[in-house]
Amino acid sequence: MPSIRSLRLITGAVAIGAALLAGPVVAQTTLENASAKYRQDLAEGNPADLWVARGQEMWTQPRGPKKVSFESCDLGQGPGVVKGAYATLPRYFPDAGRVMDLETRLVWCMVNQQGYTHAEATKLTFGNGSRHRSDLEALTAYVAKESDGVKMNVSLADPHVKEMYDIGKKAFFYHAGTHDFACATCHASDDLRIRLQYLPNLTKPAGAQKAYTTWPAYRVAQGETRSFQWRLHDCFRQQRFPDLIYGSDLSIALTTYLAASANGAVYVGPGIKL
Amino acid sequence: MTTRSPVTTLVRGAVAGLAIAAALYGCASAPTAQDDAALTARTIAMMKASFRPKGQAGMDRLDQDETQRLCSQYAEGKLPESVVKKIEQENLAAVKYPADGTLVGDWKAGEKVAELGRGMQFSDDPKKPNGANCYACHQLSPKQEAYGTIGPSLYQFGKKRGYTDQTRTYAWAKVYDAEAFSACTNMPRFGQHHILTEQQIRDVVALLVDPASPVNQ
Repeated sequence: MPSIRSLRLITGAVAIGAALLAGPVVAQTTLENASAKYRQDLAEGNPADLWVARGQEMWTQPRGPKKVSFESCDLGQGPGVVKGAYATLPRYFPDAGRVMDLETRLVWCMVNQQGYTHAEATKLTFGNGSRHRSDLEALTAYVAKESDGVKMNVSLADPHVKEMYDIGKKAFFYHAGTHDFACATCHASDDLRIRLQYLPNLTKPAGAQKAYTTWPAYRVAQGETRSFQWRLHDCFRQQRFPDLIYGSDLSIALTTYLAASANGAVYVGPGIKL
Repeated sequence: MTTRSPVTTLVRGAVAGLAIAAALYGCASAPTAQDDAALTARTIAMMKASFRPKGQAGMDRLDQDETQRLCSQYAEGKLPESVVKKIEQENLAAVKYPADGTLVGDWKAGEKVAELGRGMQFSDDPKKPNGANCYACHQLSPKQEAYGTIGPSLYQFGKKRGYTDQTRTYAWAKVYDAEAFSACTNMPRFGQHHILTEQQIRDVVALLVDPASPVNQ
């Protein structure tokens, strides 16, 4: 199975690589068609499934100094329950006294239940190629997959969550840095493109829904399945901001704003993106 | 003296009614300016605790200048005319022109600057030259079809505006500090924020205004 997928992946990558290498004088439609075809090809076998399978395997394994599996980890639906959990996150966890997204909660379980130090648990948050895959990205892909087909339903009834939503929305419009960029610079209008890449308007339900419900996603250009924490982290890099700390309150605030903006839409991830 | 006149009672009742109405209005309507300022303060405090310096991107990148502060404050509503004026006047006053008066460089070098997306990210080598990545947002030379649409098309910029001193001066100032002409624009202030060198701005201006540039064909 993986070999067929890999083959398809390589074929697609070569096709796109060739299109890009053809130089600046590439008809836009050619490139867009190639991209569309590639996505269509991969839809039959999203490589993200490999991350999902690895995450699923890890979920039941005894882990860390305390040899405890994630079956004790409560994502808000009871210990070990993954079905539909991703579609309700972020949420407030009284045992931690914090609003948490999935990734922050996984780290919390690794530290508080499995006995890892925080540094150990967050040693490799984002994979950097086939030799160093991230456990967190695999676990995230698995838990997210268990919400495939479930409607997004992030409740703002808890005042802690509402506060994170409000701050996330404020931060979305915060202009700073050498380039004056805010999230809103690229993501507050319809049908804009950066180069040939279409940008979702995250201030409207349709845009937020389409974007949020397809993360985590397999990134073709990187050969990695990326989480929403990665998405935010890399957006801020391009915004010329400093380094967004994994699981920081701001990362959770922005996730809360965007996840709640996607409420009502059916979660269909992990997705696949160029 | 202890009995209230009917008029006093009526007035008191009306005042109480107004106070309740005001309180209810406060609950139901958009947050007050005071609430908004408090939320902004909490947001900034959270941001400062959520980033760490990396590479060339220090924590000072989170500090806003007056233009950034105002553009954030009014990002969700309409910019008041007075704020537009203030931003544009302050930025126009900050535009620096080259000492030798040469505004136009080499369009071929400008084309490279327009293509290059590198620069100022924590992942970028600060020893290498920055790009302007004009094509990320603008159409320029028709030969490059992978252009973005965040900004307007600049195809035939010089040809349409005329090859005049006025066009050249405007192009320089716009690249140097776009906020001088369009408050809260999406375009970075390439000169004001030292993203491009003086020579790089000359070269980008040439790409826009040189009659031989592919932009003007």
